[in-house]
Amino acid sequence: MKSVEELKAIREKALKEISIRENENKTRIVVGMATCGIAAGARPVMNAFVEELNKRNIKDVNVTMTGCVGICRLEPIAEVYEANGEKTTYVKLDAEKARRIVAEHIVNHKPVMEFTIGAAEK
Amino acid sequence: MKEISLHLLDIAQNSVAAQASRIVIKIEVTSWNNIRDLLPAEDKKSEDTYWLVCEVIDNGRGMDPDFAKQVTNPFATTRTTRDVGLGIPLLKLSAEMAGGGLVLESQPMKGTTVKAYFQVNNIDRIPLGDIASTFKILILGNPDINWIIEFSSFKDKFVLDTQEVKKELGEIPIINDDVLDWIERTVCEGIKVVFGGVLDEVR
Repeated sequence: MKSVEELKAIREKALKEISIRENENKTRIVVGMATCGIAAGARPVMNAFVEELNKRNIKDVNVTMTGCVGICRLEPIAEVYEANGEKTTYVKLDAEKARRIVAEHIVNHKPVMEFTIGAAEK
Repeated sequence: MKEISLHLLDIAQNSVAAQASRIVIKIEVTSWNNIRDLLPAEDKKSEDTYWLVCEVIDNGRGMDPDFAKQVTNPFATTRTTRDVGLGIPLLKLSAEMAGGGLVLESQPMKGTTVKAYFQVNNIDRIPLGDIASTFKILILGNPDINWIIEFSSFKDKFVLDTQEVKKELGEIPIINDDVLDWIERTVCEGIKVVFGGVLDEVR
């Protein structure tokens, strides 16, 4: 099967990179992926985070998902947990906003204040 | 929900919450004869249409019979934070709108199967949507679970089992970017092969 061969090639390539990937204290991006989040469009948001991080070759950030955060009217929601314990909650996201968060928050360490829950709840 | 794939993303997370170690997502286009025995008596109608059957099968902790019976009620939930749970009722609604319905089987400590069936050509049937993306995200969020995705139609069959992928990968984690991309591409191919020309939305 051709695709299994492809998988072997991926493995070879990944083995060479594995040392860079082993990284403790990773930043985590957690996307709310319960019924409310999914219905509001959380899946394209999570995809955008993953794609943008890949595109920029950022290896020390984990993207994962969680259940209902409890403020369904502000979905899609993502929380950024930094290695130093800082947490930023972003609300009413879309794919474009997710890409900006990667560019400004993850790369340049400046949270995008206008997308945060603090800004939305003013 | 606008796509079946979004429902599946949602329902599969019930299985994750039920501490399943193995979750199968099965999508099948079949003729009425093949599924009629599975369905309640009142659903045995429109004998000549093709049916799209979507299942999420897990080996999680299951539900006791009383709870399983009332689980399509939006006000039945195991959550302690609030009193509503909309995942299953919404899937039931989508299925019923497309002339189908939902069947749930559960056994405590053994697991749960949620099965939704849709008339393939019903005008209100929502499209399959981006199944590959759903599957990728489920793996990314829960890499330790053994995920299996299965497609079948009268045309072809496709299976992807993350345990097989892991065997091939050895020490490389399944959430490696290139691996996830490969999984997404492979699932996309599978959908085309099995459902191309079978479902209108797959070309």
